[in-house]
Amino acid sequence: MDISLILAAYIAAAILFILCLGGLSGQESAKRAVWYGIAGMALAVLATLFGPGMGYMPLVLLAILIGAAIGWYLARTVEMTAMPQLVAALHSFVGLAAVFIGFNTHIVMTRVAGVDPFDLVGFEALIGFKTPVELAILKVETFVGVFVGAVTFTGSIVAFAKLSGRIDGKAKKLPGGHVLNAGAAILSLVLLIAYLNGAGAWALLLMTVCALFIGYHLIMGIGGADMPVVVSMLNSYSGWAASAIGFSLSNDLLIVTGALVGSSGAILSYIMCKAMNRSFVSVILGGFGGTTGPAMEIEGEQVAIDSTGVANALNDADSIIIVPGYGMAVAQAQQSVSELTRKLRAKGKTVRFGIHPVAGRLPGHMNVLLAEAKVPYDIVLEMDEINDDFASTDVVIVIGSNDIVNPAAQEDPNSPIAGMPVLRVWEAKQVFVSKRGQGTGYSGIENPLFFKENTRMFYGDAKQSISELLPMIE
Amino acid sequence: MNTKLCAYLGAALGMQDEKGDRRLKVGAAKERYPGEARVAMTPESAAQIVKLGHECLIEAGAGEEAGFADEAYAKAGITVVPDAAALYAASDIIIKVRGPEAAEIDLLREGQTLISFFWPAQNAEALEAVRAKGATVIAMDMVPRISRAQKMDALSSMANIAGYRAVIEAGSNFGRFFTGQVTAAGKVPPAKVLVIGAGVAGLAAIGTSTSLGAITLAFDVRPEVSEQIESMGAEFVFLDFDEATQDGAATGGYAAPSSPEFREAQLKKFQELAPDIDIVITTALIPGRPAPKLWTAEMVAAMKPGSVIVDLAAERGGNCDLTVPDEKIVTENGVTVVGYTDFPSRMASQSSTLYSNNIRHMLTDLTPKKDGVIDQNMEDDVIRGSTVAHAGEITYPPPPPRVKAIAAQKLREKTKLPTAEEKKAAEVAAFKAQTKMQVGLLVVGTLVLLLVGTVAPPSFMSHFVVFALACFIGFQVIWGVSHSLHTPLMAVTNAVSGIIILGSLVQIGSGGFLLVLLSFIAILIASINIVGGFLVTRRMLGMFQKS
Repeated sequence: MDISLILAAYIAAAILFILCLGGLSGQESAKRAVWYGIAGMALAVLATLFGPGMGYMPLVLLAILIGAAIGWYLARTVEMTAMPQLVAALHSFVGLAAVFIGFNTHIVMTRVAGVDPFDLVGFEALIGFKTPVELAILKVETFVGVFVGAVTFTGSIVAFAKLSGRIDGKAKKLPGGHVLNAGAAILSLVLLIAYLNGAGAWALLLMTVCALFIGYHLIMGIGGADMPVVVSMLNSYSGWAASAIGFSLSNDLLIVTGALVGSSGAILSYIMCKAMNRSFVSVILGGFGGTTGPAMEIEGEQVAIDSTGVANALNDADSIIIVPGYGMAVAQAQQSVSELTRKLRAKGKTVRFGIHPVAGRLPGHMNVLLAEAKVPYDIVLEMDEINDDFASTDVVIVIGSNDIVNPAAQEDPNSPIAGMPVLRVWEAKQVFVSKRGQGTGYSGIENPLFFKENTRMFYGDAKQSISELLPMIE
Repeated sequence: MNTKLCAYLGAALGMQDEKGDRRLKVGAAKERYPGEARVAMTPESAAQIVKLGHECLIEAGAGEEAGFADEAYAKAGITVVPDAAALYAASDIIIKVRGPEAAEIDLLREGQTLISFFWPAQNAEALEAVRAKGATVIAMDMVPRISRAQKMDALSSMANIAGYRAVIEAGSNFGRFFTGQVTAAGKVPPAKVLVIGAGVAGLAAIGTSTSLGAITLAFDVRPEVSEQIESMGAEFVFLDFDEATQDGAATGGYAAPSSPEFREAQLKKFQELAPDIDIVITTALIPGRPAPKLWTAEMVAAMKPGSVIVDLAAERGGNCDLTVPDEKIVTENGVTVVGYTDFPSRMASQSSTLYSNNIRHMLTDLTPKKDGVIDQNMEDDVIRGSTVAHAGEITYPPPPPRVKAIAAQKLREKTKLPTAEEKKAAEVAAFKAQTKMQVGLLVVGTLVLLLVGTVAPPSFMSHFVVFALACFIGFQVIWGVSHSLHTPLMAVTNAVSGIIILGSLVQIGSGGFLLVLLSFIAILIASINIVGGFLVTRRMLGMFQKS
């Protein structure tokens, strides 16, 4: 295939990718948008497959087939609640691929050094024709690509392990903390200079080790409550890695697509941080900022209630708002919640869902779970849409969320989450909190909501608790 | 008559003799105050009281005006007693609505308990008389305003009715629709209602008025109720006035007198509103003081003919200058001023039902073991607070309750609704700041590009320009993505970032074992990414559906 033809295909693919991301502005157009993405990807891959310098075709097809089969299997079998883990795991693949491609660029670079470029074809020719300045830039690009790729790789693996509960979600740091990260980063910079001045593969490999360490240590130091930000941040990194690789390969499509993904992830992280009233830097550096005084003392006690009490209140109520959180995902309670919603709506009651922007472990997590359970999306509202309605609501059911309904964020200036916008559930006439036990939430902060006079604690596994309610709604 | 008397005496005394226990008798007296139609016991509430181990009596004809006939009581197993004297003689606990008149106090005896409205602050003489009798008085108007006691808060339940009825009363005196309509016979403007004082009565009035379709405005001196007002669907009339905000929590949720300056600002605002308002409902009361004059004769004069003022504070002198308590008058310019003081009594059936429930809850608290024995627990905040005379002593005023009625309001940043000009100014400022920032970013960005351009070769620059443009497009496009689609967005960008496969595809042709191996792995995992990412996104999006 002709180079010009390939470029044309690349332009078409880039436009399709842009349409794909832009189409996600609405639920209906999003369904079409995915097809744009798929078409763009197919176009790009096919054009490259039949481009110049292609070799080992059977091997390539084999790799694609195996990869596609694994991907297909994963996508089919994954539980919707395990979505955050899957996304994190997939990010790590992009990171690893970026590292390998960077290594390959290095291999080719050393191979073509001193060879007459007119004897070369394909990728080798591309590098062979480069001037010394261009080669230096190429080295920087490769270095950056490998660095970002390696950080993404280990970072995503740690995020995956944390989200799937394989390792503890709490923030952990090695002694030395950020000094270690900074040291590794400086060492990488030194290695880059050495690499530019003729140091061999060892510089590249040593830098990769540094970057792998940074990725691991950086994400280990971030607590579970900040995971939504981490996932979208890694998403961003994987994009930048692709973009850096695109520079090193002089491939505009890679650059464009990488930049799209990178900026998209960056904006998502920004939106998340804003929703939690946290600065991006403090999330990345891990741990909550220093508090300025003792936390407000909480008076009162947590009053428990059984399913009969909750069912009676629901039967009496006209308007109900359900506030789901990560606990609902953990307990797989979304089907029961959906069934409850259906029954209550059949009785003519107004049932709505209030979703906090950072509910769950990745942005939009709750929306996806509720959609899976066939809760109509037009009754699922955002925080800003519903926050003023709590005062006129009879019953609020909080299912497995904690920090996002914590009044301390607004009432206690010394609280670690002070200033974070929260769902003001306590303004409703009655609040039921479905919760496993008396423990604190992910951020480890006491929640005064549980001690309020209009709050009743509905202890137990969320799925079981909600299922118990179902036969009692009449 | 005689047989009836025997029946009740038999029932009362017989029980005592046979079983030897002392079931207390709760007797509901007929109201003596002219025009008072309410009754303190309904057949339903009596059934609940019996469950507490008490016995119920009622004076003949007590529930007649509230729509509860003697037969209905008898059917529910309540002994109907012919007259007050007999009732007072036979009962241990007398329940009533209005406070006792002198003749009624005479009938009380030592050890007897009276539960009714009492207003001890205003009725010191009656209080002394009761004390002299040695009777216990539980004043329903003294129930402390704490959450636990809400079920016996008769003031609130009566105020709720008064607020509703005030709107209905206003409507019956108002010659137009509440709701605006466009009909074949012409266009009808909606009525404009102003509610002054957003206590329970005020909020009830707001609710009724908005549900009838009127445009409702509301005012209160306590700015913290603006949320409640808006939650009922009315518009809060905001005063542009700087003063340390009153904390209603300190006074048990009631308003405190305001400063002269504040009052002036308030009256000025009302004067401004008066010509537009069709119906005014005033509910402003300050505990222990005459009602503040808020609607002056001047404002009434400014109103349109046919307008209606309903003054719920008429009993305490009224909020309107022209109010005549217990009467409805029409002013020279055709404005009707309703000064009735008996709104709850005008809905006697409803108010009796609610009041009798309040009484029933009070008895429940007084009989904690449900064994028919009254435990006058003076350690209990609610019972202590509402008991004004006990065991020959006046126990009013009570010590402050240990549980704060309402959590003290935190001094919040004044959430003042910005005026139109302020809004505009803020918008202009925001626009300027935005412009500044955008121009700044553009300048910095251009400078960086130029700087890179001075050192980098053209081949790099062409790629760099593409990169910068793509970042820009990315930023523009992603802002539009709806919040609920963030997870699909992440999955799809994840799939798209699998484009990195191109890198390996380009490289693999170069050959060499290590290179081919690395490329093979990279292609494989990138494919997982692409296929997995797109399929998962499709799966997710397929679930979103409209109801």
